[in-house]
Amino acid sequence: MDINTITILAYMVSAVLFIFGLKMLSKATTAVRGNLVSSLGMLIAIVATLIHAGMDYQWIIVGVLIGGIVGTVAALRVPMTSMPEFVALFNGTGGLASMLVGWSEYYHFYHKIGPYTVGTAGIDAGGPNVVNIIAIYLAVLIGGVTFTGSCIAYAKLAGKMNTKPILFSGQQVVNGLILVAVIVCGAVFIYDPEASLAQLLFYVAVVVSLVLGVMVTIPIGGADMPVVISLLNSYSGLAACAAGFVIDNTVLIVSGSLVGASGIVLTTIMCKAMNRSLANVLFSGFGSSEGATGAGGGGPQGEAKAISAEDAYYVLEAASSVVFVPGYGMAVAQAQHVVRELGELLEENGAEVKYAVHPVAGRMPGHMNVLLAEANVPYEQLVEMDDINPVIESIDVAIVIGANDVVNPAARDDPDSAIAGMPIINVDHARSCFVLKRSMRSGFAGVENPLFFKENTRMLFGDAKESITAIVNEFKGA
Amino acid sequence: MEMLLLLFTFVLSIFLGFELISKVPSQLHTPLMSGSNAISGISIVGALLASGLGEPKDPIAITLGVIAVACASINVFGGYLVTHRMLEMFRHKEGGK
Repeated sequence: MDINTITILAYMVSAVLFIFGLKMLSKATTAVRGNLVSSLGMLIAIVATLIHAGMDYQWIIVGVLIGGIVGTVAALRVPMTSMPEFVALFNGTGGLASMLVGWSEYYHFYHKIGPYTVGTAGIDAGGPNVVNIIAIYLAVLIGGVTFTGSCIAYAKLAGKMNTKPILFSGQQVVNGLILVAVIVCGAVFIYDPEASLAQLLFYVAVVVSLVLGVMVTIPIGGADMPVVISLLNSYSGLAACAAGFVIDNTVLIVSGSLVGASGIVLTTIMCKAMNRSLANVLFSGFGSSEGATGAGGGGPQGEAKAISAEDAYYVLEAASSVVFVPGYGMAVAQAQHVVRELGELLEENGAEVKYAVHPVAGRMPGHMNVLLAEANVPYEQLVEMDDINPVIESIDVAIVIGANDVVNPAARDDPDSAIAGMPIINVDHARSCFVLKRSMRSGFAGVENPLFFKENTRMLFGDAKESITAIVNEFKGA
Repeated sequence: MEMLLLLFTFVLSIFLGFELISKVPSQLHTPLMSGSNAISGISIVGALLASGLGEPKDPIAITLGVIAVACASINVFGGYLVTHRMLEMFRHKEGGK
């Protein structure tokens, strides 16, 4: 058995380990082991590649050292609240890596440098076939879009860029032209990749794909980020998959498609949780036009009733069931630890405490769950939207922490609302509801929230962390 | 024929991916995403081949290869580590109280 057969068999083992790893990731009890299994698969794939005949290690070591150190330090230092932008960046590096693999293979092939790996399987048949060439183009295209798209997503999530959708007149025309350029470059390139025109168009395609990544991400606003991150996650997998077709490598194709499929599943779940189609998320520039959405029903009017931390304490002290509804604001205020502390005090006081998490609360799928887990909130106290809504009427106090659109009754009651039809947590049906908020500003969608004006709603203005701390101190002082 | 087999593998893997992931509960969505991010670092295999095979003398080829390896390594190392960190927190709660 020669060394390359061993390599291929090892790839098979690592593909199986990836599959088992992902399967185990889907249960809380086996998830930690699942991740380890998957990393073992990765180790096997890397070692199997390194023993490949004719490898030269000097530059590999440089690359692995740089990437390993950057990745390790970043992973150990990132706070849980920054997880969305962190994952966005990782999508980007994955895409860039696949893009560079495609680029590098084409470079080797075009300049006839060394034994290029493109079309390894077809070497006997005389070099790369048309699928390899198409794959080079796709790896560069998808990888490039993933890279710059993720950079924009990162900038928006990290607050380095305005999270409002960026729209300009003629945007559709520009995007259309980019699309035409992608197709024309691709057709010429694939027709004869060895022509000098093809090489030129290849570099045009590199630039165009990078521009395209920016163009498709800037019209998407902050609260739609869960969808975008999921989608970019899927792209990064598909880019790896394309790179696999470049070098006829099964383990790249299998793992790339697993990631691609997983990203698409998450994207679908996120879209469903907002009752919107993917096309609507990607192209509508949702939340950019306050005039259009606000004017719809004339907007709910009335006076919001404020409450002090002290009064909130008296109500909570008498409550026998309390549910927390966290949103992005809790992440911004880093309030998860003090929220858990309040939850414990309430429990000691005899109240039943739950945390209701909306599927799109926060800026990425599962964002709130990670934060609550970090703060050691017991697993049994986390409930999903569909489980809390049927019993919400028996809840004494619902405390909304930095969430807005996901508890906006307009989504349920007002068919003209911009977010009509989006499933919400019905906190307005609870006996009373506290909303922790910094100001009366409307949510991301730019839609007024009638919840604030309801009879049983009290507004606790201020930074969520400070407000909760004040209530906690009231409890301790009592 | 080789190519058709690869396409075959691709299509089956996509379906397998759908089956595997559609069962993940929403609490685990974030770790799932960072975990699958780590898996997409599998392009390190392509990057290793690109930068390790042949005589590495051409500066452009070297640059492309090294950046590709570095980016993919960020995904592999960072992705698995951060996923582990997150999942450890999920586990704490269950044993803890």
